[in-house]
Amino acid sequence: MSSLYEQLGGQPAVDAAVDIFYRKVLSDDRISHFFEGVDMDVQIAKQKGFLTMAFGGPHHYTGASMRAGHAHLVRRGLNDSHFNAVAEHLGSTLTELGVAQPLIDQVLAVAESTRNDVLGR
Amino acid sequence: MPSFTFGGAVYAAAPGESVLDALLRHGVAVPHSCRAGACQSCLLRASQGRVPAAAQAGLKATLVEQGYFLSCVCRPDEDLVLEPAGGLDVPARIMALERLSPTVLRARVRTEQPLSYRAGQYITLRRPDGLARSYSLASLPGDDALELHIRRAPQGRMSGWLFEEARAEEPVTVRGPAGDCFYTGGAPEQPLLLAGTGTGLAPLVGICRDAVRQGHTGPIHLYHGALRPEGLYLESELRRLTAKNENVRYSPVVLEGGEAAGIATGALDKVIAANHPQLAGWRGYLCGDPSIVQMLKKKFFLAGMPSRQIFADAFLEAPAP
Repeated sequence: MSSLYEQLGGQPAVDAAVDIFYRKVLSDDRISHFFEGVDMDVQIAKQKGFLTMAFGGPHHYTGASMRAGHAHLVRRGLNDSHFNAVAEHLGSTLTELGVAQPLIDQVLAVAESTRNDVLGR
Repeated sequence: MPSFTFGGAVYAAAPGESVLDALLRHGVAVPHSCRAGACQSCLLRASQGRVPAAAQAGLKATLVEQGYFLSCVCRPDEDLVLEPAGGLDVPARIMALERLSPTVLRARVRTEQPLSYRAGQYITLRRPDGLARSYSLASLPGDDALELHIRRAPQGRMSGWLFEEARAEEPVTVRGPAGDCFYTGGAPEQPLLLAGTGTGLAPLVGICRDAVRQGHTGPIHLYHGALRPEGLYLESELRRLTAKNENVRYSPVVLEGGEAAGIATGALDKVIAANHPQLAGWRGYLCGDPSIVQMLKKKFFLAGMPSRQIFADAFLEAPAP
């Protein structure tokens, strides 16, 4: 049985998803203000890292680094509603790319597992 | 097993070992992080030898063309000569200085040996006393000198010297080239959108001329933004370029005071958005003021331009003395 990452198509799948996903995030008034003033190339690289992890691929995130990386956003009011919005865009990106629902559910479960660290709880 | 030349020494790889692992094992300090071909912090450049395509997957075309690769996932079949990012120092002379406007000076600089560069990249110009500033290249490698556009910075030491004191034949040093904001071939029909403010025009002119020379047939639309009409320069040269190449268009845009002269007046991003509401399939080049470059990058991306097709060079100001 191949891994989730392999079933999704590996790094090329991440490359295909990142623009669609980040465009959805930046266009969403509920969350776009968290990304203002941040260099887009830096953001795209971070989104790629996040997608690689959510796709079950190689990554170097830890619970601690997730907390540290989002602490400044939590201070600006990052909460469950924002996390849900990002998860929603992740799911719709994969739907748009024609990924089967069972795989999408697995990706969303990986993303869900970071919720408490991202929100600093 | 292949071996790698780096900083004058030769290092042998063990079977199946990546370039990064081989160098680290020999005690060479190479920045790195994810070791999975994602973060790009272990980027190196191969000046000789071929790297496998897998070691360049996901890199921008401009990096691939210069031989950059991800050392953590690179297991080559042949020997490589490696370089870190950056460049070498070359002695040079100022050939000519010409005012293009009250605030912009064109400097032509000739290096002792021909410099291998791409129009749109930048070099660092250094005076004999060590004062150094970076400038983008408006020239093409075949031209007889490097062409730089110098903006007169308030209390700028280098620009003040170039405007008031420097003469032809003045000895200087050039380091570089650096930067990944330049034209790459392979998609001659792709529409190109070039936009910048102030002397951000220099690399854009270079990129535009390079694209034309390489036979680009798709539309090339160059926007130059300034606060007021007197901030524009090089208009007659650009009009000649558009007259000779029907796929090239030049649009000056000013924030205020352009109506009388028939110049498009308004915010640069709004004028561009009105002309190009949809940018899927386009490639973009953005140069000049950092906040405008950042803002345009985001607007182009949201209008559908793929992130890997956006090349930008934000000009950073040296701190005031």
